[in-house]
Amino acid sequence: MFYKLPEIEYIRVSELDEALRLLSRKEDVKVLAGGTDLVVDMKIGRYRPKTVIDISGIKDLRYIVDEGDKVRIGALTRMQDIVESPVIREKLPVLAEAVSMLGSWQIRNMATVGGNLCNASPAADSAPPLLVHEARIKLASIEGTREIPITEFFTGPGMTVMRPHELLQEIIIPRKKGKSSFIKVSRVAMDLAIASAATYVEVEDDVIKDVKIALGSVAPRPIRAIRCEAALIGRRVDEKVLREVASLVVNEISPIDDVRGTAWYRREVSKVLVYDSLIKSLERLRR
Amino acid sequence: MKITFKVNGEPVTLDVKPNELLINVLRDKLKLTGTKYVCGIGECGACTVLLDGEPILSCLTLAVDVNGREVTTIEGISKGDDLSEVQEAFVEEGAIQCGYCIPGFIIMGEYLLRIKQRPTEDEIKEYLRGNLCRCTGYVNIIKAIKKASELKTSKTK
Repeated sequence: MFYKLPEIEYIRVSELDEALRLLSRKEDVKVLAGGTDLVVDMKIGRYRPKTVIDISGIKDLRYIVDEGDKVRIGALTRMQDIVESPVIREKLPVLAEAVSMLGSWQIRNMATVGGNLCNASPAADSAPPLLVHEARIKLASIEGTREIPITEFFTGPGMTVMRPHELLQEIIIPRKKGKSSFIKVSRVAMDLAIASAATYVEVEDDVIKDVKIALGSVAPRPIRAIRCEAALIGRRVDEKVLREVASLVVNEISPIDDVRGTAWYRREVSKVLVYDSLIKSLERLRR
Repeated sequence: MKITFKVNGEPVTLDVKPNELLINVLRDKLKLTGTKYVCGIGECGACTVLLDGEPILSCLTLAVDVNGREVTTIEGISKGDDLSEVQEAFVEEGAIQCGYCIPGFIIMGEYLLRIKQRPTEDEIKEYLRGNLCRCTGYVNIIKAIKKASELKTSKTK
């Protein structure tokens, strides 16, 4: 079967302001960045927008800036830019770790980090690392900008808190002292995650001072397991405790059966992923 | 919409619709049928071309987005009848069966060897993981990339 793209009103912009002006007055719009999700979704008929605003030519939105106490990533930064960025590799290696597992070389050359978040797939690989690092999302519209924590960004599969006239401008990741890691299971390297987990840990005198746990593909949106986090804070670093708490993650997820795996498998593997990722993050702290 | 871009070094100017994809322009308008259409949804890598030297999927790229840029297709890899080292190695190692996916593999092989002269087997697999082949089982394809790397380094010596 040969997929065809439906007829669209296509507008290409090269400035952010221009995009925001258009978004404020157009109805039934989809924003095109890397195209690896939107073009597929338009081909298979999942989305049939009247107008497509192509923002891929906005050069000012492709950057990774290290500001000491935070890293800022422009929405149109390519996934491959993140994998190769010395700033990310030094300050936020878990993001490079997660994104390097996303799709293929070709896909990472095209796909943007803003697109990965706005597409709001429960399996978005960039989400769990950004969730455990308490990233903030900067949204722009013609009225100005607002910043929200990424924990409030996703509302369901393909859904976010973004208003129709808003554009994701950048991602702001505050600097943290601890270490983090990301693990995913998928059928083959290219495939979407059956389940994934990222964790962040801070330890003082062998006691867990801070911990963040996030999971992908096991709920309608990428989520944080805040009850597991609370159960770990103040506890001694002990493999038995970690395993016990990791197994409680099943109470915070709501996986489904789909072509990639069953809900049962996702529940079982989530416990293992959370435990393994905690161990991996703790190992990185010791180094 | 009028677009001007370079294909295999030659400038072309075309009138395209906003919903036209790069692969269709290459195959139907420019008759460069070496680039293959398979899945159409970014899973298989058969339609891989280089855009400004970087591998992308031509089935997910709007033609209007290549305006002012440079595209390299499989037709731009050999110099006339002279095969590139990667192409030569694919022939020598029997890395081709039905051949339909091979243009995508050759493009990725060329790209890989430009970045890493002597890739390890793991690196070869990593670069090629977005390219599917349903005949060869990949063993000879990986051998071919290794051989191409040897051919290339021996030629530059």
